[in-house]
Amino acid sequence: MIEVLLDLLLALALISTAAAALLSRDLFRAVVVFIAFGLLMAVCWVRLQAPDIALAEAAIGAGLTGVLLLDAVSHFRRGRSRKGHGAGTGSVPEEER
Amino acid sequence: MSTPLLFALTGVLLWGIGLLGLIGLRHLLRKLLALNVISSATFLILVGLAQHHGGPDPVPQALALTGIVVSIAATALGIVLIRRYYHLTGSTALESTVSEEGHGGEGRSHE
Amino acid sequence: MKSPAARLGVLLLALMLTALLGRSVWQLGMLEPASELPQLLQENLSASGVEHPVTAVLLNFRSYDTLLEIAVLVIAAMAGISMARTRSLEDPELRTSDTLLKALLRWLVPLMLLLAAYLLWAGADRPGGAFQAGAMLAATGVLMRLTGMPLGFLRPGMLLRIGLVLGFALFLLVGLASALAGEAFLAYPPGLGKALILSIETLLTLSIGMILLALFVAAPVNNASEPEEGER
Repeated sequence: MIEVLLDLLLALALISTAAAALLSRDLFRAVVVFIAFGLLMAVCWVRLQAPDIALAEAAIGAGLTGVLLLDAVSHFRRGRSRKGHGAGTGSVPEEER
Repeated sequence: MSTPLLFALTGVLLWGIGLLGLIGLRHLLRKLLALNVISSATFLILVGLAQHHGGPDPVPQALALTGIVVSIAATALGIVLIRRYYHLTGSTALESTVSEEGHGGEGRSHE
Repeated sequence: MKSPAARLGVLLLALMLTALLGRSVWQLGMLEPASELPQLLQENLSASGVEHPVTAVLLNFRSYDTLLEIAVLVIAAMAGISMARTRSLEDPELRTSDTLLKALLRWLVPLMLLLAAYLLWAGADRPGGAFQAGAMLAATGVLMRLTGMPLGFLRPGMLLRIGLVLGFALFLLVGLASALAGEAFLAYPPGLGKALILSIETLLTLSIGMILLALFVAAPVNNASEPEEGER
């Protein structure tokens, strides 16, 4: 009984983190929530009795992909603020959807 | 309903969310995130369906492992391409060639 | 932006596809399994050379898939490196003055390398294997890169090229050798299964770590007017 509850909770958490990662306004927050999604997937794989995939998802899916994306996001932010000052648009840079 | 089937159905929902994100979002990095969500959903469906009746099955697990490694290689290459594209054009969304009403043929990201 | 009609159309399409997929998954879940693949696997596991079924599938029963996967990784690395425009391997902007990070690095890097070696060795009879160990190696390299430590082996030269293709080369060599000896392509000789799998996995780990690290290093794009990597 408690296992069914745990699985339902895990499934719900997966769907909500995925939706939050894709719908988030701030790009940095989207990437951070995506890393959380990767870690929840790792727990899912353990629940599915697939420990090899859990190891790989935690290391590769959450870890390396997260680092790559954070690097890219920080570069976009740096470039955007530089371009904003150069072009004279003094308003707060907006994130498009 | 057993645990693997529940996760396979969760994978179906995730697949739908990822597909909506891939088509609907404009920023290229967000499209890449949506593509990764679709990949994870596919692996969930693959392993969940296969293990529904029999229990842990090594063959789809090996396929999912292969898929995870290939998907990070594709993501890394995609990030290199997106950063080059941003460096060369200054925009983070693909230009639209379909003319919107009154806006001409270009869709820059910061408009 | 898209017109509201197009947006609604996209939403309906995605909902229909998801409903179709969900119905298919449900129907497939209600069917009885058609093949006895897991039992077949269990019977032949002892003949493969390793005791962990996932490793046996990856490196023996379906080694062709793994070979092609490594080929895809090498191609992605080549494409990524060819577009690299970083000013130098040791980016001075990254060199950190954070003493806590440097002190942590002194402890973390050897432990992570040890963990990678353990994951590789443990792949024979418990969860682990080449991919997890390779990811661990890449993570160590990323950590060193983020603190600004110079990674000399990533300079575009012979060492980088050899490191990238070594895993794929050995894998292909073993496969071709058994093909030339009269057996099937990628069939290991009966007694050498475990030794071959272990040596292939070791070189695969090194290659995968290097490929993922090279893709991470190649991502940053600096000013295009500065000289590229490798130019004098």
